[in-house]
Amino acid sequence: MNTIENIKERFQELQSANGNKLKSLEQNAFDAFNKMGIPTARHEEWKYTRIGNVFNKELHFKPTSTITPQELDQMRLPGHENANEIVFVNGIFSTSLSNVRSKELTVKSLKEASAGEFSEIVSKNLGNSNRYSKDGIHALNSAFAHEGVFIHISNGKIAEHPVYIYHITDARETNVLAQPRNLVYVSERAEIEFAETHFTLGVSESFTNEVLEIVVEKDANVSYYKIQNDKEQSSQVCTTHFRQVGKSYIHAVTISLNGGMVRNNLNITLEAEHAEAHLYGLYFLQGNSHVDNHTVVDHVKANCLSNELYKGIVSDNATAVFNGKIFVQPHAQKTNAYQSNKNILLSEGASVNTKPQLEIFADDVKCSHGCTVGQLDEEGLFYLRSRGISEDTARSLLVHAFAIDILEHVKPAILRSYVDKLIFERLEFETS
Amino acid sequence: MLSIRNLHAGIEEKKILKGLNLEINAGEVHAIMGPNGSGKSTLASVLAGREHYEVSEGSVEFLGKNLLELSPEARAGEGLFLAFQYPIEIAGLTTTNFIKTAVNEIRKYRGEQPLDAVQFLKMMKEKMALMNIDQSLLSRSLNEGFSGGEKKRNEIFQMAMLQPKLAILDETDSGLDIDAIRIVANGVNKLRNKDNAVLLVTHYQRLLDYIVPDFVHVLYNGQIVKSGPKELALELEERGYDFIKNEVNAAQEA
Repeated sequence: MNTIENIKERFQELQSANGNKLKSLEQNAFDAFNKMGIPTARHEEWKYTRIGNVFNKELHFKPTSTITPQELDQMRLPGHENANEIVFVNGIFSTSLSNVRSKELTVKSLKEASAGEFSEIVSKNLGNSNRYSKDGIHALNSAFAHEGVFIHISNGKIAEHPVYIYHITDARETNVLAQPRNLVYVSERAEIEFAETHFTLGVSESFTNEVLEIVVEKDANVSYYKIQNDKEQSSQVCTTHFRQVGKSYIHAVTISLNGGMVRNNLNITLEAEHAEAHLYGLYFLQGNSHVDNHTVVDHVKANCLSNELYKGIVSDNATAVFNGKIFVQPHAQKTNAYQSNKNILLSEGASVNTKPQLEIFADDVKCSHGCTVGQLDEEGLFYLRSRGISEDTARSLLVHAFAIDILEHVKPAILRSYVDKLIFERLEFETS
Repeated sequence: MLSIRNLHAGIEEKKILKGLNLEINAGEVHAIMGPNGSGKSTLASVLAGREHYEVSEGSVEFLGKNLLELSPEARAGEGLFLAFQYPIEIAGLTTTNFIKTAVNEIRKYRGEQPLDAVQFLKMMKEKMALMNIDQSLLSRSLNEGFSGGEKKRNEIFQMAMLQPKLAILDETDSGLDIDAIRIVANGVNKLRNKDNAVLLVTHYQRLLDYIVPDFVHVLYNGQIVKSGPKELALELEERGYDFIKNEVNAAQEA
């Protein structure tokens, strides 16, 4: 059997279950997957990321893996004592490992949510990301949507505890295919902070195909931190789709340090006037990692602001891709949209493909974009060395200086020091 | 302390220094003056170990060591300091973090224990007062958005922190107004003692009103063509470099 056959078998198995309101959505998605297949390099959005390679090995669904709380402990993010923790193992929500502390937070399976009091929210929002991610990988996730989770953050309440989302892949026995799916609904005036990360146990290959859709209502404030520091045999396609349906504020930071083939699709749609979105990203790659950040910022309504800054440091034989799209729709006058992507290549074998893409259909807007690819500044290096700083330390200081304006946007102190520690380890700084 | 013999150096195919000789002893202040393109900045760059400069002939000995064999950081460790003509701006690296790393790397080079936070702060406060530098400036990214005067003051502040044996000041007066020159010169003068030396590289005489040299050398066409006491600088100011050029050219023709 190969991966595709495993997928088909699993799909048939799940579809025979009763009481699944998402059945037709899933069937449509599965048909779309069969029609489109796994995107090849001929697909415009997948030109530089050969995702087909992750299907070369046979991957298995492992929905019943057990992780002990002791094993989880080694993977938890600092600050977890105060956090709501939502744990997925091999793509399946684990009730026993998860811990919901805040009463403002409701977590249900999407199967359940699509049938109960939240059914309207689910039917209105689940799959909204299809508009931007038109490929077989995205359809494949949607074909299994009912196994996902719905998270509701209630009206006007402030969740004082952050929400940590863990994706744990148990690849100790076999190659794993995991497909976590989340729909998050952030009610009016809610203020919430998410941190999301991936860990793999074991040394087999794995592929996580994740879709997270977040609906943000009026006057809500959402911070979202994604930290990717997984193993080199762990590949991911992560789609994070924000819909700002009310005047709201989004602050999203994506930090990618390790992994095999990593593709992040970050979509933000500004669908209400005066919505504001800030997107920051840092990819600091070594070895043979491949990290591809595709972002879409869609200005649907007037008077919105988006600001995007992604920075990359690429060494060894690592490759990075940045593709930043900004749409300004015909009625989105007085839009302010800014985008910048800056890269440093630290070795001969490192490479970056960067592409800004602006499509502006309104005339009274302020938009800017820019991208740079360069090397470490030789003059800066000499300046530091002339003060007695060794070449290696001088390089590390310059790389850190380059990264800092992204790191500064990791606002929670506890996550900032965690990320700093990872960066210092990468730079081989002695932490004093 | 520093002994330069028959130094030939250049960049790529271009020969710039063509047999330069210079002796500097502890406690002395030397000024090297010369017209544009005479090789002043090349000399400073070669001494500090800047890449792409090639020495084809001659030797440079610093405190008994072959300076040309040392990396830039080892030269600093041995006690050499170059105040840059154009200090580099580094966004994201605070001056404080930079200088703390430098101080401790040099201590490590010399086999000394690193300074702890308290010792470092104490030292920094002292030197800040000396250079009339504000804490807020040091908390900012290194030289980023600094005025010309602030950059040069920061250079001398670094010199004060690193306490070099030999400080080379490359056109430190360029782009500064009189007040800024006075502040910078004051700092340098306070750091002078019988154990260290200063090499001023300058186009104009005016810095020498504030940092009075023991010796003035005229660099022309890659060589030191004339040396004298501080009065030589005044003569150059008055008569311009042409009289030197004429003297040299006449001597060559003869």
